[in-house]
Amino acid sequence: MRYLPLTDADRSAMLETIGASDIDALFADVPEEARLNGPIEGLPMHASEMAVERHMRRLGQKNLAAADAAFFLGAGAYRHHVPASVDHIIQRGEFLTAYTPYQPEIAQGTLQMLFEFQSQVARLYGCVVANASMYDGSTACWEAISMAGRVTKKRRALLSRGLHPHYVNVVETMAKFTGDEIASDWPRLEAQYDEDALIAQMSDDLSCVVVQYPDILGRLPNLQKIADAAHEKGALLIVVNTEPVALGAIEAPGNLGADIVVGEGQAIGVGLQFGGPFLGLFAVTNEKHVRQMPGRLCGETVDAEGKRGFVLTLSTREQHIRREKATSNICTNSGLCALAFSVHMTLLGEKGLRALAAENHRLACIAADRLAQVPGVAVLNETFFNEFTVRLGQDARAVVRRLADDGVLAGVSLGRLYPTREELADGLVVAVTETTSEEDIETLARALEEALA
Amino acid sequence: MNAPNKSGWKPGTPVEGDNSGSGPETVTGNRALMLEEPLIFEIGSTETTGVDFEFAGRLDLAGVTQPATPTPAKDVPSRLGTMARHGTIGLPGLTEPETVRHYTRLSRQNYAIDLGLFPLGSCTMKHNPRLNEKVARMPGFADVHPLQPVDTVRGALEVINELAFWLLKLTGMHGVAMSPKAGAHGELCGILCIRAALEARGDARKVILVPESAHGTNPATAAFAGYEVEDIPATAEGRVDLEALKARLGPDVAGVMITNPNTCGLFERDMKAISDAVHEAGGFVYCDGANFNAIVGKVRPGDLGVDAMHINLHKTFSTPHGGGGPGSGPVVLSEALAPYGPLPFTARTGDGVVHLVEEENAAEFDHTRAFGRMTAFHGQMGMFTRALTYILSHGADGLKQVAEDAVLNANYILRSLDDVLDAPFGPSGPCMHEALFSDKGFGEGMSTLDLAKGLIDEGFHPMTMYFPLVVHGAMLVEPTETESKAGLDQFITALRSVAERAKAGDESLKAAPYYAPRRRLDETLAARKPVLAWKEPSPPGGPSAPSEVGGR
Repeated sequence: MRYLPLTDADRSAMLETIGASDIDALFADVPEEARLNGPIEGLPMHASEMAVERHMRRLGQKNLAAADAAFFLGAGAYRHHVPASVDHIIQRGEFLTAYTPYQPEIAQGTLQMLFEFQSQVARLYGCVVANASMYDGSTACWEAISMAGRVTKKRRALLSRGLHPHYVNVVETMAKFTGDEIASDWPRLEAQYDEDALIAQMSDDLSCVVVQYPDILGRLPNLQKIADAAHEKGALLIVVNTEPVALGAIEAPGNLGADIVVGEGQAIGVGLQFGGPFLGLFAVTNEKHVRQMPGRLCGETVDAEGKRGFVLTLSTREQHIRREKATSNICTNSGLCALAFSVHMTLLGEKGLRALAAENHRLACIAADRLAQVPGVAVLNETFFNEFTVRLGQDARAVVRRLADDGVLAGVSLGRLYPTREELADGLVVAVTETTSEEDIETLARALEEALA
Repeated sequence: MNAPNKSGWKPGTPVEGDNSGSGPETVTGNRALMLEEPLIFEIGSTETTGVDFEFAGRLDLAGVTQPATPTPAKDVPSRLGTMARHGTIGLPGLTEPETVRHYTRLSRQNYAIDLGLFPLGSCTMKHNPRLNEKVARMPGFADVHPLQPVDTVRGALEVINELAFWLLKLTGMHGVAMSPKAGAHGELCGILCIRAALEARGDARKVILVPESAHGTNPATAAFAGYEVEDIPATAEGRVDLEALKARLGPDVAGVMITNPNTCGLFERDMKAISDAVHEAGGFVYCDGANFNAIVGKVRPGDLGVDAMHINLHKTFSTPHGGGGPGSGPVVLSEALAPYGPLPFTARTGDGVVHLVEEENAAEFDHTRAFGRMTAFHGQMGMFTRALTYILSHGADGLKQVAEDAVLNANYILRSLDDVLDAPFGPSGPCMHEALFSDKGFGEGMSTLDLAKGLIDEGFHPMTMYFPLVVHGAMLVEPTETESKAGLDQFITALRSVAERAKAGDESLKAAPYYAPRRRLDETLAARKPVLAWKEPSPPGGPSAPSEVGGR
């Protein structure tokens, strides 16, 4: 057992020091009838590194990796190129095998990184303060609604029609138990996001309005217009972003009237990983709201010699101090994913992020134009960044399955996202990133041509 | 140029009477291998990038000029409408060599399990095998999208299902919710299952009972789920007071949250009796599984009457802590609670096929009472692959040995130090995987914090301090099973020495650490005047050249 350094001789010597006759003496507090006397039956015994690797590789090979397909999936998880140095840095043992920085004198590496990460996220979002991360975008979204309730002392939230359906599910699940009231609706297949329909639903009892930007269909809502209407009703505007690369091309939510901006940071540095671990981002535009924020915050200070250093701060909001009065129960967050995000963002810099966003948008435009030429395909969106919706005139989910057999992962069908909404069944959300080649676009167009013929 | 970097940043000016080391001050602030590092905002620029792009569309996004390109790309009109981003974002970039150096230098300011014993009680800092990292990066796991057609991800579903099978076998429970993202998220999942089960029988209850020694996440979770939280009294020997608990149970109590082994490092001997009493009163038993590593393969929580328990894969099953996550917190459930577990999950049918059970097909799998969904997608796949790899490496026999060695190591520390440090529950008998000490007997004015900082100078990460709350100046030491006897002996020698200094009232401890990258940090200042994001400095009297700033 290669991970266990003690030898039998060590064990005997240690038992002697302890004054115990055998190991079972140390488990004496476990009632006899509950104690297991041998290894649990029906489970394999220990295995060599080579054997385990072989078993896991075999399982992995049963999956179709994105790199082996013409790949067009998005809807909350995006495939981008992650520079090799990102993975190198997050595998450095000093980052990988460190704990939450509770002893700041020997955790300045993690703490300075978190301070830089918070600063990067705040700037990307057009906010003043970002926290040190949440689990993912969907849980960050609920935490934002919960926070809006604390700030406004109101308990009703209005979710935009364009919010990712999993996010809606998470919010509705939580609200069922907290007693918050949630108004939600499914998206309509319209070329442009209907701000007026959302504004018409606003009332004075709202704690917040939650808008995804770009939305689940890839459209770009006019946030300022929504923000003005929400503020008039005394509600906060929460903007949810699931594709941070977009913010290298489209205006930051914080500059368009958002009060809280949350999102999924996975697209930068983290990778797809079948949906997790991901990286929840959380930021606010008003410094006065900082003490209502959930999660950890890293702040600057000085040490006893006057040298600059960083610590976790404002912990009186958190569970380990405030217990049942905390702003959230979150403890472990997504530290290592935050590091991956921060390293990738540092490699990109503003110049690189802008160029990356421009390339994503350019390829998406090319894809939309090419798909529009396929008989039977209609592009829905007037506006989009790197993701748009097409209508196929037939059940898109079935088409996606058929194309997958030929190694074409065509996108996320609205049938997968909204299985009970028949009126959405012919919709397909197509994402295009810098990893998509023009050849891939041609492959998809031809595959659709064949499938729809 | 005499500035250490272009912004002129230096770590600070040492105060008079600095006794942190010998030798002259250095102009850079560095001390040989102890390297200072500015922020990316101080060394990077918005015009620098460490990524080359093969392309260069000439798309005009808010007037940002795209780089020239040798092969002109296809020009297309923008579809951003009126939403194009204007103005500077302010994101600094570094070239690749500068980036690698920046983060490598930062990494060297961290303590880590790879560097030495990391005895944080309750946190379980054990060795993280690198095979797990290798497996998680296999393209079939790392490069698959959560919404791919299920026929293209059967292997991923098999991993989830195989891990779920192990977790059920190891805990003797009935069902498992795999999607919770971390321990606290798992707690929430378990409490919501309890609430859903109670509501289903039309029995709204208001109160969750939590011992004072519990992790802070327990009361926070219960409150987050809409419950009132009340304390469970403890006995003098550090366990739940069964009789007091029984007296409090009643029709308003939804359940209890018990940590077992508890945060004093003791096994709750009366666990089965506690469960029976709670069930008798119509409530449910939540077990905080943060300490499952002490009993894995030795006891099954299912045999103790537990209804729900989260398992921190990043503790018991050694997925890396990563400086604060990501974690993963699957929740095992009893027969009574399993029907309420959240979506999605996996299920293997008779034909051997593993299915993904989501909202649309839950009825086909007879799972119509799910309380909802806790997260987008399917949980922490990257942690599942690592944890399964770890479990398969150890096997049933190895996991049992893991628990035994973890408990052996903790008792060895307890008994090697209980002559010099007060062990409040030492007389209660053996501890489980962690040894608890208090500050009783320290010299006037000396605290647990001082001892911890002294331990830093000896090259060890301190133990968990001031937790559990039920012990004054608590020090909770969890060595884990991945330490050798020689390593433990070194630690014991170091802790003994620092403890003796604390008892003798050695004033020099008050200013420790001396040899860490930073001396004690001013946490009060950080909270009173929060600086939570970097801001462009505005020097008094107008802008000055960076080198002037650095020259002071």
